[in-house]
Amino acid sequence: MSAHNHEGEHSKFLAHHFKSMSQQTAAGKLGMWIFMAQELLFFSGLFCAYGFMRFMYPDMVTQGQSSMDWRLGGINSVILLVSSLTMSLCVRSARSNNKAGTVKFLVATMICGLLFLVIKGSEWGMHFHEGYFPGKFFNPVAHAEIQDPLAHIFFGLYYVMTGMHGLHIVVGLGLMTWMLVRANRGEFSSENYVSLENTSLFWHLVDIVWIFLYPLLYLAK
Amino acid sequence: MEKRDMGKPVLFADMLSSHHDTGSNYLNAKKGFLSWLFTVDHKRIGIMYFVAISVFFLVGGFFALLLRAELMQERIVNATANSYMISADHFNEAFTFHGSIMVFLVIIPSIPATLGNFLLPLMIGAKDVAFPKLNLMSFHIYIVGAIFLVYTIAFGGLDTGWTFYTPYSTETSTSVVAAVFGAFILGFSSILTGLNFIVTVHKMRAPGMTWVRMPLFVWAIYATSVIQVLATPVLAVTLVLVAMERLLGIGIFDSNLGGDPVLFQNFFWFYSHPAVYIMILPAFGVMSELITTHSRKSIFGYKAVAISSIGIAVIGFFVWGHHMFTSGQSALATVFFSFLTYAVAVPTAIKVFSWVATLYKGSISFTTPMCYAFVFLFLFLIGGITGIFLGAISTDVHLHNTYFVVAHFHYVMMGGTLIAWIGAIYHWWPKITGKKYSETWGRISSVVVFLGFNLTFFPQFIMGTRGMPRRYYDYLPEYYNFHVLSTIGSWVLAIGLFIVLFNWLHSIFFGKNESSSNPWKAKTIEWTDTAVVPIEHNFEKQPISTHGPYEFDELVKPVKTGGH
Amino acid sequence: MSETVGPDSAAWQGSFWLPQNASPMTSGQDALFYFIYSLSVFFFVLVVGFMVFFAWKYRKRKEGESTVDIHGNTKLEIIWSVIPGVLFIVIFIWGFFDWIKLNVVPQGALEVRVVGRKWDWLFIDQKTGAETSDLIVPINVPVRLTMSSADVIHGFYIPDFRINRDVLPNQYTVVWFKAEKAGSYPILCTQYCGTKHSQMVRYVKVLPKEDYDKAMIAAQGAGLTPVELGKKLFAGKGACASCHSVTPDKVRLVGPPLFGTYGEMQNVVHSGGKKETIKFDDNYIRESIVDPNIRVVVGYPPVMPSYQGQLNDKELNALIEYIKSLKK
Repeated sequence: MSAHNHEGEHSKFLAHHFKSMSQQTAAGKLGMWIFMAQELLFFSGLFCAYGFMRFMYPDMVTQGQSSMDWRLGGINSVILLVSSLTMSLCVRSARSNNKAGTVKFLVATMICGLLFLVIKGSEWGMHFHEGYFPGKFFNPVAHAEIQDPLAHIFFGLYYVMTGMHGLHIVVGLGLMTWMLVRANRGEFSSENYVSLENTSLFWHLVDIVWIFLYPLLYLAK
Repeated sequence: MEKRDMGKPVLFADMLSSHHDTGSNYLNAKKGFLSWLFTVDHKRIGIMYFVAISVFFLVGGFFALLLRAELMQERIVNATANSYMISADHFNEAFTFHGSIMVFLVIIPSIPATLGNFLLPLMIGAKDVAFPKLNLMSFHIYIVGAIFLVYTIAFGGLDTGWTFYTPYSTETSTSVVAAVFGAFILGFSSILTGLNFIVTVHKMRAPGMTWVRMPLFVWAIYATSVIQVLATPVLAVTLVLVAMERLLGIGIFDSNLGGDPVLFQNFFWFYSHPAVYIMILPAFGVMSELITTHSRKSIFGYKAVAISSIGIAVIGFFVWGHHMFTSGQSALATVFFSFLTYAVAVPTAIKVFSWVATLYKGSISFTTPMCYAFVFLFLFLIGGITGIFLGAISTDVHLHNTYFVVAHFHYVMMGGTLIAWIGAIYHWWPKITGKKYSETWGRISSVVVFLGFNLTFFPQFIMGTRGMPRRYYDYLPEYYNFHVLSTIGSWVLAIGLFIVLFNWLHSIFFGKNESSSNPWKAKTIEWTDTAVVPIEHNFEKQPISTHGPYEFDELVKPVKTGGH
Repeated sequence: MSETVGPDSAAWQGSFWLPQNASPMTSGQDALFYFIYSLSVFFFVLVVGFMVFFAWKYRKRKEGESTVDIHGNTKLEIIWSVIPGVLFIVIFIWGFFDWIKLNVVPQGALEVRVVGRKWDWLFIDQKTGAETSDLIVPINVPVRLTMSSADVIHGFYIPDFRINRDVLPNQYTVVWFKAEKAGSYPILCTQYCGTKHSQMVRYVKVLPKEDYDKAMIAAQGAGLTPVELGKKLFAGKGACASCHSVTPDKVRLVGPPLFGTYGEMQNVVHSGGKKETIKFDDNYIRESIVDPNIRVVVGYPPVMPSYQGQLNDKELNALIEYIKSLKK
């Protein structure tokens, strides 16, 4: 990096329409925060639908929750919390110009994300095995714990909520793959880290949403 | 582009002379179709939106004329499916296309995506929006979403109305999922555009451009963007749930499966009422620019006008229930929403009064944009006032879902937003194209549009109060005369709009080159600091804001002892 | 659909803006409408008047003429915020009180159940069980409509009564009215419901009391034979089936089984305690419905309620015909 690089004026990462790296970074961060607000409203719509269902059919929802394996959900919560930590460490490494650390922690986060998806997917598999298909396909097998036909609403919403969340995980993994490529190219440094930080913000959001989903779908009675 | 006559630039003459030599501007800097399709220049993106939206406006307008033509037929006793010009099912599809195309593809993006894109960076003295690539992506997403919506027109049809009310939308055999997916994608475009604008306003303002020096158009776009970002995701999740209801039958909205159709209405209007303000707030911003510039007056009550935009944006989130006064929602909710509806009416009234007061002691030129501003004030006033009838719970019971509502929202959405849009395009036309347009035909078009509009929609108020429900293709004989008037009006209106279109096309192909970089002698940066047609990166050198947006040269500070 | 065009629907009724109001007791909506209307006209003329006046008075006379730098006037701005604010509050409160009147059904209202479906209405009078496709009501009597839909959402709208309510599937919504003028008024659907949404037109027929009673009796069991009507009443409105079995196995419920009893001899006990053997005939059935505990079949408790005044002659005859028909 050039010694004449005050204020990042000549940084090759500075887009033409910004005056300085600090302006570019601030804009990037603000944009991401606004995007997060938008994401929260998206999920809060789903939470409202959940609240409505709980209000209408409290017993059915309790029954649905009890059929969930809280241990698997708990493991997944821990995995996501750990991944949030590694993601933060990744940004920290980037900001201290530690390329090896950046790559290492990014990979660790991605492994956590994949692990989450594997566990989540196997949970879905178990539900399908019991015949808890979504909506009108709901058709529990004879020995299944839940036979109440109304429970199709719980499972319908469960699949939509965890599906939407899972989709965000997939998007997050995609973003991280891209970040990994860029990190390998050595693009990130103490002055150019905003896209990595935004990825991390997105990942934290995904984490927070799960922290709400877990008690709602697995625990709250 | 041919060699242009630069005339005498009013300001920054030295700076602009360099352009005179090169003649390079954003229109001719790059050539070829792909240089447009993949441009990241906010000005070119704005123009692409303008072209796309105009095309969809013509399509939506075609369906409007079709509907009006059908409604000119008297009721046929013992009618069969083929008694009328078009069948009932085709009529239902036609009003659905008209509504969804006009709402999702035309009115919502009209001002923010075309003029917001073109003007926002210019007005605050920035080289571009904060995220130019994202901006281009928004446009591409818009096109993809539009294709999905239009696809439903060609294949499968759609007959739910633009509101997608359940359980009808989960039962009908038409292609609801494709349409819902289209609206979902369009929502993304809207969110990303809003996000981009918010960041641009926060982070990209020129030195000296404080919040109270921003043009009111920027304020309005800012308030709009906030609503876009916060309301649209709720529409997205609603549409996901509708699609899931249809595909899987998850039972949230369908009462046969244990859901509640009124919950859908709550979800839907939580977006779609704020969406009304997404549509009208930018028009308010345009009005503030047009009226000040063409009467050469500072806006009356800058802060009141600016803050009322934000007030409308905030309160607008809490009035969605007034679309459901007769739906069987709880009594408490109904009263609450009625009250808040009136709370949101006050800032709107303040704006109208401020615009009229701005005219006081001005120097008013009857240019085409100003004529459209007058048309806007007249029509929006009627649109706003008729909203008062609908906000009172008891009178709404009689008027709900009648033509009164239809007329009300056409006066606001078309008489408000689209008239402001046309006026604004005329106003910034010299800056966008570098061409002059015919003032005579511009003024004629405003008069024809004004007459045609009132002839089309005013009879609908009378029909509505007399009990003509909306979305009818066949009606009791007592409404016949009004329907005939309305249909004739729709032809006049169409002629007026075609005059506008031909005026623009004529200007592009045969118009004289604009010689001044600031023909209206406005005081905002997009006029004062750019070339006749802005260069690719907007400004030769960073503009610095030293004064408010409406401090015209001729202004005389009021003297305490005497008049002017 | 011979009734798509009503008898007097083409005639211009009411004022210019509003149709006639045949149910003025439900609310004072018309007064509020005209209150807002006069305010609207006043403010519209005021604002447009100022606009036109300013536009003419301050039109540009020469290029670059000077204008006055006015940035606002706090006093004026407060005035034009407060005045509409106060007026809005008045309108809101007025609308609120009228709306309460619209929603509070008076005691003793006639009960009618309304079923909306694609694409017609069905009205079931709760007293007579008469099912009609036009709503028939007596004049000057409050009527309470309990509405639900068999499929999608419909809207129940009678412009001449100023009432309008959505009709939802699996839920009930309620409206009421009190028609004060005899006549025929259109009922329209206001919530888009598909192909024939605009042809869901039926009429409210407001009739004098005597005509109403006749119409109800005529409508009752229209298209049914007396036996069919009797069967319907037996299971439905009369709720006879909950105490009397009608199957050949003669199951003993609360009251005696009725299969094959018509024309047989029965041992009965008088309310005074005297026993007697009588023929189970038309007169005995009628007496047992109207005044059941005068003579009770031996072995059964005297617990049957009287149906005096709840069933009319047509219904009683139908029940008798039905009981007659219960044989091998």
